[in-house]
Amino acid sequence: MEKTYTFRRGIHPQEEGGGKRVTGAMPIEDAARPSMVAIALSQSVGAACKPLVKPGDHVFLGQKIGEPAGFVGAPVHASVSGIVKGIQARTSAGGPRLDCVVIESDGLDEWDPSLHGAENPEDPKSLLQSIREAGVVGLGGAAFPTHIKLSPPPEKKIDYVILNGAECEPYLTSDHRTMLEEPAAIVDGLLIAAKIVGATHKKIGIELNKPDAIAALRQACEGKDIEICPLQVKYPQGGEKQLIQAITGRQVPSGKLPMDAGCVVVNVSTAAAISRAVRKGLPIIDRVVTVTGAIRQPKNLRVRLGVDIESIIEQCGGALDGVNKIVLGGPMMGLSAYNPLTPVVKGTSGILLMIDPSRERPLGNCMRCATCVSVCPIGLVPLQMYALARKGFFERARDSQHLLDCVECGCCAYACPAKLPLVQTFRAAKRALPRK
Amino acid sequence: MQQITHRRVSSSPHIRSKRTVPGVMLDVLVALIPAGAFGIFFFGWRALLVIAVSMVSAFLWEALYCKIAKKPQTVGDLSALVTGLLLAYNLPVTVPIWMPVIGAGLAIVLVKMIFGGLGANFVNPALAARAILMTSWVGYMSGTAYSTAVRGLDAIASSTPLAMDGTYSLWQLFLGQCPGTIGEVSKLAILIGGIYLMLRKVISWRIPVTLLATVFLATWLNCGSAGEALYGLLSGGLFLGAFFMATDYATSPVTPVGRLIMGVGTGLLVFVIRTFSSMPEGVSYAILTMNLAVPLIDRFTQPRVYGRGKKHA
Repeated sequence: MEKTYTFRRGIHPQEEGGGKRVTGAMPIEDAARPSMVAIALSQSVGAACKPLVKPGDHVFLGQKIGEPAGFVGAPVHASVSGIVKGIQARTSAGGPRLDCVVIESDGLDEWDPSLHGAENPEDPKSLLQSIREAGVVGLGGAAFPTHIKLSPPPEKKIDYVILNGAECEPYLTSDHRTMLEEPAAIVDGLLIAAKIVGATHKKIGIELNKPDAIAALRQACEGKDIEICPLQVKYPQGGEKQLIQAITGRQVPSGKLPMDAGCVVVNVSTAAAISRAVRKGLPIIDRVVTVTGAIRQPKNLRVRLGVDIESIIEQCGGALDGVNKIVLGGPMMGLSAYNPLTPVVKGTSGILLMIDPSRERPLGNCMRCATCVSVCPIGLVPLQMYALARKGFFERARDSQHLLDCVECGCCAYACPAKLPLVQTFRAAKRALPRK
Repeated sequence: MQQITHRRVSSSPHIRSKRTVPGVMLDVLVALIPAGAFGIFFFGWRALLVIAVSMVSAFLWEALYCKIAKKPQTVGDLSALVTGLLLAYNLPVTVPIWMPVIGAGLAIVLVKMIFGGLGANFVNPALAARAILMTSWVGYMSGTAYSTAVRGLDAIASSTPLAMDGTYSLWQLFLGQCPGTIGEVSKLAILIGGIYLMLRKVISWRIPVTLLATVFLATWLNCGSAGEALYGLLSGGLFLGAFFMATDYATSPVTPVGRLIMGVGTGLLVFVIRTFSSMPEGVSYAILTMNLAVPLIDRFTQPRVYGRGKKHA
């Protein structure tokens, strides 16, 4: 029996209507070239970008059009060649309106001729510079700038680089398809990341429900001192902390970062983007989006950044009758969009259409069944944290129940028989805490 | 294209498990069927009458309370039916028919609803009601209450087998051919229901297994006879208490370690009451006493939080 890896507790979410099986075997298709895109100036954790272009400017495909205003942040690039129409606000998935550079395509897709790969592929500094210039951020959904992740302070010794191919969110298959279609780029990205941080252990974690991806990457890794770690199928197997626990047995100290456990975790699609950035200087202008759920033609689409979700839904045959929810990302942690003109950003891993019955209201009291305790991957006691937070005792929830250790994976709210808004309350409580 | 109208926006997760509160209660009711069926077979149709009166009155008491107190109606969660059923299982078949009505009222209104309803009571409603009935109407609840001819047995003159060591074989005790309350006699039937609840993940093994093991080991160490310890294990309400009363959500710990403590603590109390007190049976009081310690147990047995161990800090 092959060794498999996992973390403690967690859940097995049920997928209605086939879930991942619907799109898992569908090759990535290129979406139609958009005539107009709206590139959000804030697509990653950290500072928003300052626009580098003004209305009327001509831009090339892949030309840098926004530069982050702070140290943490990533530049953004034109996803079509054409003319800048202006800087306009669009509703983001998270709710607030964000400034976007609106570009009208000239239909030529003329690449920026100045793009080039890393000048010195042996020098970590040069590699990091290429990754930064390409605007690479975590494509799993968190959108943390990758060059920051790969530049820990010198006193932090990193010995593990772990690629995250778990894709534990139900329905999503964009990482799965990328692993099948671009295994060489993923492995190359892993080797680049390991070279930058000087890690000796190189691992790729993939859930066992993707045996074809495990086989593809195993083949691509032949003779390369990389270990493929098959992961048990369980949510949130692809949570950074859970993946580190599963593969290394280590735990990220409370309130600290993976690097404090000697680990860097990079999503597989991000690894492929690292490779493209370093070898060819290609910036992130598109991403693979799983369009699924209550839609006529589910697909894995390669979508240019800045395309509105409505036009993507249209390309997939349109929504089924009764759809009343558009989730950007997976059903466990994705955001529900309320404006169909919300543009696709680097963190948009999926568009999931749902027919959501209006039974969201809690069914009554907490009966103390402790199902939430038995599923929390962090080891919290959600029902007690909930009781405190509901009464407004946010600081007690933090101090005696470790509210800030909650990773907001949603296992508690998924499993609760009383359908109490557990994780939702914790999110709100965290934001209500006084700033330190 | 189909326009997406009435868009709903909410905080994730956007999917929920199929398990619901009434679903869990239904599982408990199903798990209690074998024990009740055996009780009816063994004690006759009157057992069914007591069960029905108890369940119906528990249901009506809760409905009435919600109405009078102007609270949202909660009978739909089915928990009142579970309480009513468990109360009936804790009564001798000979009780006057008004007793389950009073008992259900005490359990539902006094113990459960006025403390906030499901999940908010601090002692087990059925057991607390039984304790009150016991002290109020000793004659109906103990001793000669059990001295009726039951199928397959001669007249019985004592409350439980504990008071008359050696009268029954272990096998009779296990199958349920012995005196006792309606739902406690057949350990086999209770075991079937308990295993069902564990397989359905409604209860964990922690409380019942540690409770039964503690009673067995303590009795064995005390009297030095494994046979006698086994006799004690299969007597009285221990099985019903271990699988269906000590595991009550509202009044048992929510942490895994806390549940082990609940099991061991209840087991020790059962042993102490049975061995050193004047009462022949102590399961109800042992559980009620441990109920009071549950908030404290929960507080000191929080699971280790990820990244907060000594190794990682």
